Amino acid sequence: MDNPILTQALIVLLLPLAAFVIQIFVGKRLPRQGDWLPTSAIFIGLILAITLFGRMLANYDPAFKISHRFDWINIGSLQISFGILIDNLTVIMLVVVTLVSALVHLFSIGYMHGDVRYSRYFAYLAIFSFSMLGLVLVDNFFGIYIFWELVGLSSYLLIGHWYEKKSASDAAIKAFITTRIGDIGMLIGIMIILATLGTFGFDEVFAGVADGKLSGGLLTFAGIMIFFGAIGKSAQFPLHVWLPDAMEGPTPVSALIHAATMVAAGVYLVGRTFVFYSADALLFIGVIGTITAFIAATIAITQMDIKKVLAYSTISQLGYMVAALGVGGYMAGLFHLMTHAFFKALLFLGSGSVIHAMHHAYHELHDHHSDPQDMRNMGGLRTKMPITFATMLAATCAISGVPFFAGFFSKDAILAAALEKALTSHNPIHMVIFGTLLLCAGITAFYMFRLVYLTFFGEPAKKEVHHHAQESPTVMTVPLIVLGVLAVAGGYGHWFEDLVTKPDLAAYATTALVSPAVPEAGHEAAHTAHTMAMWLSIFAAGLGILISTAFYYWKKFSAEAMAERFKPVYNFLWNKWYFDELYAKTVLAGTHLFSRISGWFDLKVIDGLVNGVAKITVLGSRLSGWNDNKIVDGLVNLTANVVGWFGATLREVQTGRVQNYILMALGAVVLLYVLQLAFA
Amino acid sequence: MMPVGLTHFLVLGAILFCLGLLAVITKRNAVTVLMGVELIINAANINFIAFARYLDKDLDGQMFGVFVIVIAAASAAVALAIVLNIYQRMRSVNLDEADSLAG
Amino acid sequence: MTSFDVMFYVIGALTLLSAVIMVFSKNIILNAIGLLFTFFGVAGIYVMLGADFIAATQLLIYVGGILVLLLFGVMLSQRITGLEMRTGTLQVVPAAIVCVGIAAILLRIILTTPWPQAKVAAPAPTTSKIGELFMTTYLIPFEIVSVLLLAALVGAAFLGRRDAR
Repeated sequence: MDNPILTQALIVLLLPLAAFVIQIFVGKRLPRQGDWLPTSAIFIGLILAITLFGRMLANYDPAFKISHRFDWINIGSLQISFGILIDNLTVIMLVVVTLVSALVHLFSIGYMHGDVRYSRYFAYLAIFSFSMLGLVLVDNFFGIYIFWELVGLSSYLLIGHWYEKKSASDAAIKAFITTRIGDIGMLIGIMIILATLGTFGFDEVFAGVADGKLSGGLLTFAGIMIFFGAIGKSAQFPLHVWLPDAMEGPTPVSALIHAATMVAAGVYLVGRTFVFYSADALLFIGVIGTITAFIAATIAITQMDIKKVLAYSTISQLGYMVAALGVGGYMAGLFHLMTHAFFKALLFLGSGSVIHAMHHAYHELHDHHSDPQDMRNMGGLRTKMPITFATMLAATCAISGVPFFAGFFSKDAILAAALEKALTSHNPIHMVIFGTLLLCAGITAFYMFRLVYLTFFGEPAKKEVHHHAQESPTVMTVPLIVLGVLAVAGGYGHWFEDLVTKPDLAAYATTALVSPAVPEAGHEAAHTAHTMAMWLSIFAAGLGILISTAFYYWKKFSAEAMAERFKPVYNFLWNKWYFDELYAKTVLAGTHLFSRISGWFDLKVIDGLVNGVAKITVLGSRLSGWNDNKIVDGLVNLTANVVGWFGATLREVQTGRVQNYILMALGAVVLLYVLQLAFA
Repeated sequence: MMPVGLTHFLVLGAILFCLGLLAVITKRNAVTVLMGVELIINAANINFIAFARYLDKDLDGQMFGVFVIVIAAASAAVALAIVLNIYQRMRSVNLDEADSLAG
Repeated sequence: MTSFDVMFYVIGALTLLSAVIMVFSKNIILNAIGLLFTFFGVAGIYVMLGADFIAATQLLIYVGGILVLLLFGVMLSQRITGLEMRTGTLQVVPAAIVCVGIAAILLRIILTTPWPQAKVAAPAPTTSKIGELFMTTYLIPFEIVSVLLLAALVGAAFLGRRDAR
């Protein structure tokens, strides 16, 4: 560990962990409940990350890569090593994570002021920062899985921060369980890797793939399974349902975890392991991303809760990034990940500032029932909150792809990549992907400007609330301004394209080249695609903004009338494509299958017997009636007894006695050994 | 009969281990269960030291043995304190009565 | 049959016999005494394996410390409960089956693995070497273990208080 860069990165990683340990144990007794401790830890990390970043820009070496690893577990043939890997992508991610995290810490000091569990909140923020940085730094699948679960845990803790609220604790559990479903897929993928290649390290795995040790259908399957983890964490269709609910957490948390960093982890994972995916797996990834982008964008049109709109917009943008990776736009997807982190964090913090103001206004009016997040209650806040307004407008322009804002460059790159793929691959699916993504760009511009118009323009919906609303304190506006600058300027220069180059699988091959390097499509085609995509994307964004302005600023059309006219579509979108209902139905079917079968048995067989017996009783004599009663009772009792016996037997397993558990565990060991002997 | 070697010590350790296991699973009294745990730890330690003698040229195995003994002492102290605590709550040290986790 | 072999069988038999007493006796005092002799036997095994320091530690800590602690626990629970001296058993038959199964697995593994049977050098005193290792290679584990012991003592004292929550 003699390399100063490695040491520096390790310090960045370990500072938040140290802050967490101190904060969780003694945070409450520190002055100001210790909020300064994690905040300063992450700011020091930010400074270190920025120096690394400056070094990277100074060197300007696309092939820069250092790593260090040590043996962790060494059992016979299974060797798990652990290490960190630093290349340009890692450095950029370090800066993004520490920057957004630091600003969110700062913002939280104002936003969470006076919260019941103020110190614990900061402790959780610190453990999140640690896990996210670890996820970025680690150099193998096993380590990424560990940190993957850790960010999931911190997300769970922070969504459920106000656990007294039923909706918050429900949302936390939903988020945890939904992402776990994806994680199981990821675990399966990792196990396939271990079983076929016998290693976890990224470089070794890629080398194995390049050498053809894992190929064909199994490689595609493993890639899709790994991608399942990303589906869960990055809220891709069909596991996207948890993210909107996760908005129950404090708004700065939404900005940090559910907009800028953790949800982007899935995109980062796909980017980091990019060469691992076969063409078929990439097509799958592209399709999933496109579906997600489209579904979420359409839902966002109708939502009225300011945070829900942003949540769906996040899902849609994540779908964009995933789709970009799926069509081979490695640089474009990761570039968008970076710019999106800035402007989406800004949008969330800005909405937090608005909610903060609305909340205080309601508080002064002693109104505890109105929803401070409902955009119908807002309007005209432009004059009251100039800084929030200006920064949010910048972010909106960025996300909509208005030229010369950060989002324009990245979105343009994604569309260009999609178009290039569509033009070169001759696969109609890629054409559909491009068309849908373009459509989504328009929809995005529409709903984002709708949000701005409803919130900041027009007549205030409630005069007295508007009167009491005021700009947030400096500690909250400073992060907004910093992020605002980045949302405007974050996309300039070609450094990202230059430094984050698409990895090439052939470069990992240890034996002679297995697959001859595919010649890249000529620069000519790329250039054409780029120019065409740029104009198309400007056109789509302009159209979206225009329609939005016509609806919500000039009021040429009435949104309500429109909703009335297309009632079924509106309801469909308002109810979020009925995904929650669908899952409730299917889960219901799964969990209550047994009870329904029992119910059917009870209704048809038992009741049928009862009825039949009753008829005979009517026809027969008292004696036979007495007999029938016996039989009926016997049957009814028999079923009851059978059900009761099953219940009692299964209940017995859960004795609560430790010794029973030991006995069962050991019994299982013996059984497994015998099975292994029998079958191996 | 082959001369006493590594295998003999390992077999002795295995038998002691299983006797300890039996005590842990079947005994009703918490203190006796603790005795069974100590037996298991001793059995494991015999393995460590036998391996140190026959396979390892260094003293690493013996070092492990020392650490195991120290940690066993710590665990015994804490476990006995827990047993006393269970007694104060339930007025009994019988483990089959400590089943408040039963489903 | 060398004297080494004879010693092994004698000490091993003593150890196993005491362990059997410890496990199968119903009288808790007899359990404790069985355990005491098992510890003695294991210490003898350590001596045979050339681990003189560990054998001494075994006697000091187990026989002098843990066993006294256990007996203390027995007496204490005895005094405050008025418990009878006998201890009952649970789930004996399944436990016996499982334990025999585990024993079979372990013995199979031990007997089928080709252990390198190289005869090692004559036992030499290990104490000074162990002390040296403690202060060099194993310094950090040594310090951690000492902190752990302290924590365990404090924890045990806290848990054992009469008025503990």
